[in-house]
Amino acid sequence: MSLQVSELRVYYRTLKGEVRALDGMTFELGDGEILGLVGESGCGKSTLGKSLIRMDGRMRHVGGTVVLDGQELPIGDDRAMNDFRFREVSLIPQYAMSALNPTRKLRKMVTELLRSRGSAVDTAELERRMDQVGLPREVLDRYPIELSGGMKQRMVMVISTLLDPSLLIADEVTSALDVSTQKAVARALLGFRESGYVKSMIFVTHDIALTHHIADTIMVMYAGRLAEKAPADVIVKAPRHPYTKLLLDSLPEVGVRYADRRLEGIPGSPPSLLDPPTGCRFRARCPIAGDECAQDPPVAELAPDHHVACWKA
Amino acid sequence: MLRLDDVTKEFRIGAFGGKSVTAVREVSFEVVPGEVVSLIGESGSGKSTIGRMILGLNPVTRGSITFDGRPVRAGKEYYRHIQGIFQDPFSSFNPVFKADRVYNMIKEAYYPAVPRAEWAERVEAALRDVRLNPGQVLGKYPHQLSGGQLQRLLIARALLLDIKLLVADEITSMLDASTRIDVLNLLAELKARGLGVLYITHDLSLGTYLAERTVVLRRGSVVEMGLTGRVFGDPLHPYTRELLSAVPRMNQAWDDATPVDSCVHHERGASGALIEAEPGHFVACARLDTCP
Amino acid sequence: MTTLQETEPREREGVRREALHFAVRNGKLMAGFGIVVVLLVLGLVGPLLAGGTPNDYGTRPMSPPSAEHWLGTTTFGQDIFLQFVHGLRATFLVGVIGGGIAAVIGMLVGFVAGYRGGAVDEVLNMLTNVILVIPTLAVLLIINAYLGIRSVAVQGLFIGLTQWPWAARAIRAQTFSLRTREFVDLARMSGSGTWRIISREIAPNMSSYLFMTFILLFGGAILIASSLDFIGLGPTEGVSLGLMLQNANQWSALQLGMWWWFVPPGAGITAIVGALYVANVGLDEVFNPKLRET
Repeated sequence: MSLQVSELRVYYRTLKGEVRALDGMTFELGDGEILGLVGESGCGKSTLGKSLIRMDGRMRHVGGTVVLDGQELPIGDDRAMNDFRFREVSLIPQYAMSALNPTRKLRKMVTELLRSRGSAVDTAELERRMDQVGLPREVLDRYPIELSGGMKQRMVMVISTLLDPSLLIADEVTSALDVSTQKAVARALLGFRESGYVKSMIFVTHDIALTHHIADTIMVMYAGRLAEKAPADVIVKAPRHPYTKLLLDSLPEVGVRYADRRLEGIPGSPPSLLDPPTGCRFRARCPIAGDECAQDPPVAELAPDHHVACWKA
Repeated sequence: MLRLDDVTKEFRIGAFGGKSVTAVREVSFEVVPGEVVSLIGESGSGKSTIGRMILGLNPVTRGSITFDGRPVRAGKEYYRHIQGIFQDPFSSFNPVFKADRVYNMIKEAYYPAVPRAEWAERVEAALRDVRLNPGQVLGKYPHQLSGGQLQRLLIARALLLDIKLLVADEITSMLDASTRIDVLNLLAELKARGLGVLYITHDLSLGTYLAERTVVLRRGSVVEMGLTGRVFGDPLHPYTRELLSAVPRMNQAWDDATPVDSCVHHERGASGALIEAEPGHFVACARLDTCP
Repeated sequence: MTTLQETEPREREGVRREALHFAVRNGKLMAGFGIVVVLLVLGLVGPLLAGGTPNDYGTRPMSPPSAEHWLGTTTFGQDIFLQFVHGLRATFLVGVIGGGIAAVIGMLVGFVAGYRGGAVDEVLNMLTNVILVIPTLAVLLIINAYLGIRSVAVQGLFIGLTQWPWAARAIRAQTFSLRTREFVDLARMSGSGTWRIISREIAPNMSSYLFMTFILLFGGAILIASSLDFIGLGPTEGVSLGLMLQNANQWSALQLGMWWWFVPPGAGITAIVGALYVANVGLDEVFNPKLRET
């Protein structure tokens, strides 16, 4: 197992109290596996991604452990994490546009960045990887502003994987891109794994259809907890958790017409994590909720590699 | 009802507007009552600029936009019949005021004579039309409401007027999947009231879900338009094909269409004149007969 | 952070109360305003309590502070405390008039340029930049020398007319970013005109910013007035802290060791302006949650 997360709890400090953004997440990620992390805004998926690499000032590690390649990550200790960032865990941020220093040419920026990590630039390797994602080499002698959104995103991808991290976290990397660019970026990510630049990857997104094309396994989160985790095809074709089912039913696909088949959303909204309800957190919106749902549903392995947190599944 | 004829928009850039870029190039189409037309394009296609010109927020450089035969004249009377909703619900509301202030603004401008109690009833009726519980949304500040609620508040605002055309610019792109579809369904219901809806989006699946007719834009020009089923069922233009193949679908793998830039007949940026390939199905390609 | 937007709906009344909560707990703000208020009260009430005219010659010249003359007297026997409280009055007046006029012009130009954009913006921006690069002190010198400023109010007026450009630039930049927000489009589609949008949509969004602009202009006006007074181009009638300094300098108070003559006006100016700037930093912390010390 490349990554083992157990009972991870990360809270946000706010004026009103602590927001339980991650409330007991347990999951594993195998070598060479791409995990698609999906969920709606506020479900904790971005918090999970951030927790594995860099917590911001308002986040607090409350409990649980993260083990990467047999070594425990000191995720609550910002300074100790510095030894792991980039080398072991790396992140492609959502806004690659703002991740690049606008006053530096890219070649200089890459050199400075690697020097700060105590490495020298292997230009041949850098250019080889740029070829792989379809970036012309001249890009290195340009300023970030001269690049299109998709090019910047791919440049950031190349930079953040230069030191061959074990785990790569891609946080909503495609959501600001056009569909055709999105496809190129997604394929480049797949190429990184093939070439062994990264061992495993967590692909955070709200787009289930896109995840399905990239991920081996999809994990659906709801209100700070795991709802369902299974191989990508199983999630899409045979989901067991009612939330996953309803979510899939609400997605229009090319060709589905209102006049032919009216899709429905999920009524209600996710609970506040400031003071989360007891029991199953999806209970209030769930069409099949029953009395037993007042108890917390445990995450059960209903079939090999198919984990579901639901009494009714 | 709404008609665009050879609409072109050039933006002046640089000091004293020395240079200009063409954002929209000779676009013509029509929206009739009781119809949803989707305007599909990627970033930089000029789709939002078209929406803003229709709403009178940006002037037209050349060509004409007419509504019921009269040219766009931004002002109170025009906005009585045409309203717009934009992408970011949180930016559509002034954050320092309560969200329901948008209704007071409508009342002040259009219905100053309506008694307060009657107005409150009208607002509540409009809210129920968009499936909002008045008690849950009135008297709240924008940040206390969800994106889906805010967008529905804006649809209700349009319904308070004598509205005939709604321009919906990416109104669901910032919403969650589970609430997005409800807003789309509302738009679909509006046409049953005889409204025309111009639905602007980059998302093909959302566009095809709603629209009777589709207009595909690329770099400011229309490359293909016609009935939605025909445009996406049998796409003729290489760009439409490329778009369609890039959309991730649940039940099939990505297939590769020939990129439009590699099409020898399609010059970058400037596409040919629209020709009618079959009744009502227009495509900007002069070499259809030789296309694979 | 999406998580927080979804899960932390804060009450707007709560936000106002929150601002007040942070305001009363912000040491910088309270200390700064405290000093200003004390001096203001002194300037308003002082002249009423201590009777007499500040420039009247007295019988005991050059005396150090005593029970009779709290801050001592000048070479001519004028009571320095009396001059000081009258001077405070003049100094606040020049701040209000100068700062007020500069703020009004700055807002007008900034809002119009930022909101209308295009040619209007280019013309106004050029005007702003021209006035910005004119050495205002030199211009004030010339104006003063030719016209001979008689009253504090006129001095304030001239300061106001020359100090608005940077405020205009700052407000223009803010307006520029706000006018592309969609609620402005929505207001236009509700039949609102330019002025209504500026006053009812844009201005309320930057009220804290406008308030801070005024404070800075107020302090700036006081400082400039004092400089003018000190180099002898102040009002020919009345008293001000700057004029007191000028007189002290002119009659060699420093060389004669009459510290009580120049210390109070110098300290007064420093205290008012310094306190305003400290309060401004405090305000910044109150209105900008990112700067709040938690």
